[in-house]
Amino acid sequence: MTARIGVVTFPGTLDDRDTQRAVRLAGAEPVPLWHRDKDLKQVDAVVLPGGFSYGDYLRAGAISRFSPVMESVITQARGGMPVLGICNGFQVLTEAHLLPGAMLRNTALHFVCRDQKLRVESTATAWTADYEAGQEISIPLKNIDGRYTADARTLDELEAEGRVVFRYLDVNPNGSLNDIAGVTNAAGNVVGLMPHPEHAVESLIGTGGTDGLGFFTSVLKKLVAA
Amino acid sequence: MARVVVDVMLKPEILDPQGQAVQRALPRLGFDGISDVRQGKRFELEVDGPVDDAALARIREMAETFLANTVIEDFSVKVES
Repeated sequence: MTARIGVVTFPGTLDDRDTQRAVRLAGAEPVPLWHRDKDLKQVDAVVLPGGFSYGDYLRAGAISRFSPVMESVITQARGGMPVLGICNGFQVLTEAHLLPGAMLRNTALHFVCRDQKLRVESTATAWTADYEAGQEISIPLKNIDGRYTADARTLDELEAEGRVVFRYLDVNPNGSLNDIAGVTNAAGNVVGLMPHPEHAVESLIGTGGTDGLGFFTSVLKKLVAA
Repeated sequence: MARVVVDVMLKPEILDPQGQAVQRALPRLGFDGISDVRQGKRFELEVDGPVDDAALARIREMAETFLANTVIEDFSVKVES
């Protein structure tokens, strides 16, 4: 049976179609989920895609965190369902306290759009098993609120437990502490990152590479094994 | 009707590049003697009915769960008559 991966659309989401396409290319069935629906349509995993949900009013991700669909996502994520938050989705996950820390305006105050080199620091998550620890990948990054921050104790905990999943290489585009580009929860089923793997899944477009496809194939293997 | 003001500020240890950009512009504009600027948010809430302890407790809860992200921000609540 084909795995069903839900892709949530909030008002202001931009990358839901690209994410659905990435899911399909990886061999799963993308299931569109609407922010007002509490019903997750029996999906096996959920992706919160990038964009500017609710216009990023108040704080990025702050309003969408209280949407009906998120109530169900939060419950399921705590139960172990794989959840991936990309860019705005990462912001939503921190606002929902499914991931530690918070996201702030980039230190340079500019919107940054570039092909970003990352190092994969952890393959022990539902979304990164198809990579190798230490592997360097390049995927697009585009954000203005991408500065990951957390208090010293939380940072120490993340580092000690190997929960920093990705780090920026060459350039830290937004002033993130410890060059952090992505983190996971203690269980490893919830992952958030600022750069966009769904824009690097076909050789013809984006970075011209397919470094992002591993996210979506990783979760498939995890679901087949479950 | 009464007005309750919720002020939200980044915690002191959090870098505030927006405030810094404002501070750096001040001397150019002829405003000297300001060594630091931090930028926050002010919410003015028009409250129906009396602002008693119960109403204030609800507003504090609102500030803590929604208006401020207490991972990065502090807030204060005050009644304006």
